Amino acid sequence: MSQTIALSHDIHRDDEGSKIGMWLFIFTELLLFAGLFIVYGVYRYLNPVAFHLAAEELSVTVGTVNTIILLGSSACMAMASSAIRMRNKGMTMLMLATTLFIAFMFLVNKYFEWEGKFHHGLFPGSEDLLKLGQGDTLFYGLYFFMTGLHALHIIVGFILITIVSVRVNNNTLTADNPVLLDNAGLYWHLVDLIWIFLFPLFYLIA
Amino acid sequence: MENHNEPHIVPFKTYGIILAVLVVLTLISVAVTQIDLASLTVFTAILLATIKSGLVLVYFMHLKFDNKLLKALVSAVFILIALVMFVTFLDYNYR
Amino acid sequence: MSNHISETTTHVSFREEKGRYKGIFAWIFSTDHKRIGLLYLYAIVTFFLVGVSLGAAMKLELIAPGKTIMNPEAYNAIFTLHGVIMIFLVVVPGLPAVFGNFFLPIMIGAKDVAFPKLNLLSWWVYMVGAVIALSALFMGGGPPDTGWTFYAPYSFKTNTNMLPAVIGAFVLGFSSILTGINFIVTIHRLRAPGMTWFRLPLFPWTLYGTAWIQILATPIVGITLLMIVGERLFHIGFFDPALGGDPILYQHLFWIYSHPAVYIMILPAMGAISEIIPTFANKSIFGYKAIVISTLAIAFVGYFVWGHHMFTSGMSGTALYTFSFLTFLVAIPSAIKVFNWVGTLHKASIQLEPPFFWAASFLFVFMIGGLSGLALGALATNVHLHDTAFVVAHFHFIVFGGVGFAFMGAIHYWFPKIWGRMYNTKVATRGWIMFFIGFTTLYLPMFFLGIDGMPRRYYDYVDRFHGPNIISTIGSWVMIAGLIIILVNLIRGAKKGPKATKNPWGGKTLEWEVDSPPTLENFEEIPVIKRSPYDYR
Repeated sequence: MSQTIALSHDIHRDDEGSKIGMWLFIFTELLLFAGLFIVYGVYRYLNPVAFHLAAEELSVTVGTVNTIILLGSSACMAMASSAIRMRNKGMTMLMLATTLFIAFMFLVNKYFEWEGKFHHGLFPGSEDLLKLGQGDTLFYGLYFFMTGLHALHIIVGFILITIVSVRVNNNTLTADNPVLLDNAGLYWHLVDLIWIFLFPLFYLIA
Repeated sequence: MENHNEPHIVPFKTYGIILAVLVVLTLISVAVTQIDLASLTVFTAILLATIKSGLVLVYFMHLKFDNKLLKALVSAVFILIALVMFVTFLDYNYR
Repeated sequence: MSNHISETTTHVSFREEKGRYKGIFAWIFSTDHKRIGLLYLYAIVTFFLVGVSLGAAMKLELIAPGKTIMNPEAYNAIFTLHGVIMIFLVVVPGLPAVFGNFFLPIMIGAKDVAFPKLNLLSWWVYMVGAVIALSALFMGGGPPDTGWTFYAPYSFKTNTNMLPAVIGAFVLGFSSILTGINFIVTIHRLRAPGMTWFRLPLFPWTLYGTAWIQILATPIVGITLLMIVGERLFHIGFFDPALGGDPILYQHLFWIYSHPAVYIMILPAMGAISEIIPTFANKSIFGYKAIVISTLAIAFVGYFVWGHHMFTSGMSGTALYTFSFLTFLVAIPSAIKVFNWVGTLHKASIQLEPPFFWAASFLFVFMIGGLSGLALGALATNVHLHDTAFVVAHFHFIVFGGVGFAFMGAIHYWFPKIWGRMYNTKVATRGWIMFFIGFTTLYLPMFFLGIDGMPRRYYDYVDRFHGPNIISTIGSWVMIAGLIIILVNLIRGAKKGPKATKNPWGGKTLEWEVDSPPTLENFEEIPVIKRSPYDYR
């Protein structure tokens, strides 16, 4: 019985439905970060000078490199979606691998950036930060929380794309059922989308 | 329950062009914020970020080739976020 | 008993269907929407009874001034737990998770929801969240005492078990989001052929509105609770004034979710009422489109009224006027619905059965709750009534009176479909009368206490409040007695009641065309819809 049910579910596969479902999930992610952007907006409004000065501590170069890196990975992921439809498995795998490699680069950069901040005593709860004043405390609290949550999303995306790569490699994900790859791509672009806003808010508006 | 395996395959070239535009916009935003434009700095940075996110949504996230429903929903969500921020600032802006 | 019949026919009900697993595993690993709905029902009823007991303990404490049965610390913990359990574990999932899961696919002519596995996952996530939240009770440090709102600065200053409660609420939010995603995709993709948007029954419509709020509001409280976790674990200053944070911002973020959450609770309740009333009036619903549009209007406008919980917190004047105005605005679509229900009953030949009694009393208590809400939504009266027993009476009339009565109505209405058996309607009516009298006796005095100035969340009061408090506590006993009658009657009906026919009430929506109880995939053949859901005459 359960086999026939599984079969009938398979026949009723609904790619459009899966896509809408993924988008709805992306909406929840957008709202999740929107909550943080509201907090950022309010505290920036209340502490304009402190936020301005604190932001100058962050390296624009590292931020820019990471932005370009992430944009590149997003483009690769989008190309993977096209490649699988062209039934070009080699190209799909290449694009997925590039995406993963770049994501890893992003995390390495992030690690060194965070480490630098910790080294200078700029982390939540540190004595040095408290001495700098309330605005700086808020700025770095938000900086670590928001980039940390973003990094967590990168890691989740990394795992997701790894699963997709494995399935493409053993031919269980092909041009006939590319929806998992597309949805992983949507998630990855969401991560990119959030970074596009994080970058100017923390690194540029100084 | 038709399965849209949309026939449209976006060529690599399109993604290449979009990526190039995104990188250029990033560099522009970095350059612009190094100049002191006073209150306009924030505005320009956010504006450029909005354009970039629009490109990501429309091309990378494939909205250009999706049906109207999805386009409408995505726009509605961004409008909602903007409205929530606006209403929150009705408090902070007038305290 | 029924096995004998079902084996000779091809119609095997979903309750007897043999799946891959046996015993309890056939339920807790089932992806059948009907079994998941019942799993939710059993869990929710259990938590509800715990919440009721805590509430009864509070009322008992308030029967006399001073210490009666517990000390102030215990009272703080009990009202917090009562709130957390009732809000996050009972009423927020409430109708959508139980009746939405069970009836949404059937009412739109589908075999299951769009993502059955995700649906099962949402139940598991719910249970995990519940266990985490309730573990706060048993760990060192004692149960949380901040109130269910976890307001800053209490939530990061208290030494009680804040983290489990907050993380539990966060996990429960995930479950709510997954259900919401599932329902929206189901309604968009799985409606039977011919079921246009305006042939969709009203209960699915309200579930649709609810699902959008679940998706778009829950993440905000999710991130807010995560910030509390960050604040407690890593000393990140988000809301601590000592670190530059603003406690009022916490209130904003919390209510951006928690006010729409009230509509997550009440919209499906309104939907259930919209199903019950036309069936028992034997008449098509009055103003179908007006109800649909008002549902969507409530969902949308309800998103922007959160500030009316913070009128005395120190917001700007502009914000006060805006939120008060929007609060009055959101009352309009609710009132439209009440007019539609009353309009449906006008000149109808009404069947006086228990589900109808619940629906009719819903109208009564919902009106009281809604109108007292306007007294609170007006700026001047709010200053006087803020944080008094009046507020407690108001939201119990909405959340318990509104949602609870609708839930009771729904379970009495759909009972024969779910269990394939019938309860004793006479006993059910008696239980309803007792519950209704107890309910009003319990909460009406609190309006007067509030106007008189009795604050909420106090375990003690001055002598002048003694009389109404005694009446209120006695009301709680009557209500619980009614509740016991209702529960015993339903349990007995589910086990031993007479077999129910396909359509005992004469309903017109699709669920009355399938077997009682439905088969595993509901329909032999997906029906083609050629009519409106309520074409009585």
